[in-house]
Amino acid sequence: MAEFRLPANSTVKKGKYYEAEKNAGNVKRFKVYRYDPDAKENPRTDVYEVDLDRCGPMVLDAIIKIKNEIDSTLTFRRSCREGICGSCAMNIDGRNTLACTKSIAEIKGDVKIYPLPHMPVIKDLVPDMTNFYAQYASVEPWLKSSSPTPPADSERLQSKEDREKLDGLYECILCACCSTSCPSYWWNGERYLGPAVLMQAYRWIIDSRDEETAERLDALEDPFKLYRCHTIMNCAHTCPKNLNPAKAIAETKKLLLARR
Amino acid sequence: MTTRHNPLSPHLQVYRLPMLALLSITHRGTGLFISAGALLIPVLLMALALGPEAYNCVQSCLASWYGQIFLFLLSASLIYHLLNGIRHLIWDLGFNLEVKSAEFSGYLVVIGALLLTTLLWVLVCTQYYGETL
Repeated sequence: MAEFRLPANSTVKKGKYYEAEKNAGNVKRFKVYRYDPDAKENPRTDVYEVDLDRCGPMVLDAIIKIKNEIDSTLTFRRSCREGICGSCAMNIDGRNTLACTKSIAEIKGDVKIYPLPHMPVIKDLVPDMTNFYAQYASVEPWLKSSSPTPPADSERLQSKEDREKLDGLYECILCACCSTSCPSYWWNGERYLGPAVLMQAYRWIIDSRDEETAERLDALEDPFKLYRCHTIMNCAHTCPKNLNPAKAIAETKKLLLARR
Repeated sequence: MTTRHNPLSPHLQVYRLPMLALLSITHRGTGLFISAGALLIPVLLMALALGPEAYNCVQSCLASWYGQIFLFLLSASLIYHLLNGIRHLIWDLGFNLEVKSAEFSGYLVVIGALLLTTLLWVLVCTQYYGETL
């Protein structure tokens, strides 16, 4: 049975309030989830007033400014700042997205920032992704072929049509926004693979160069791994790259049905 | 590495559920409700077997204001669940899986359920009052 409430050690308390400087012009409040593993306290929400006149346009700019100028203990992952690495995935304004591509101007009222939902928190906005990565590894996301390797001056050829089947799948950056937006993944994350991993499983299933399609489908024929998808579609709704895991999962279910 | 002492990040508490997710949870809720409501069938059959007194008792319960509200909610749930079930079948065929089109079909289901429930109860009321007047 799904547990809808947070465990006692996870309920979020009120935290500190950091006021902006007196001469600040355009102030916006950022309410940020904080958890310090050394403090032996529950998580809390700290509020930072940020002067937008002296801040870049994206949410990531604001939290970098907070870390640099207001509170250096604030911890989060970030790298490319252009939506291709997937490091700064977090829950902003009630939706999962990348802090680096989310514009502050789009958000009405205070900016609420939480780690990706229903994940163990290591510190502040940094969730433990171990299970997610293990699930990704479990679908063996690499080309499997028993055909002889083509000679060094040639390639495994693919028709234009077959190559097009990978569009909308290969662009995934594995930021985990979709999986951690999915209620099925919240309640059954240990056994259900979740939208991101299932879309990558499908990416190899329909790759014309891969020769273990049947084995890949066998591996998904399981009441939990695949069939916990109930087409809630939070995945497609939240994907910062505008991809559609729900559709990939539906196509996988169709392939399983068709081969019966 | 995390241990069981690490907190779980907030989920339902902070996620702003999109309309599609709300329709999905409504599908679950109505499904549970009509499953429970299906108990009405054995209750009616038992009352029928026990004779006219028992049957009249059940009938008057259902005719009371709370019985009528129960029946209204049951019929509305059944109609919504049926229409949304058709939407699920269409998804299983691989259609209507873009966010925009799924939202559109979701609105169709809600409007359809409202219309059909209204139609059903207009018919019920005209029949009922037609007999009593």
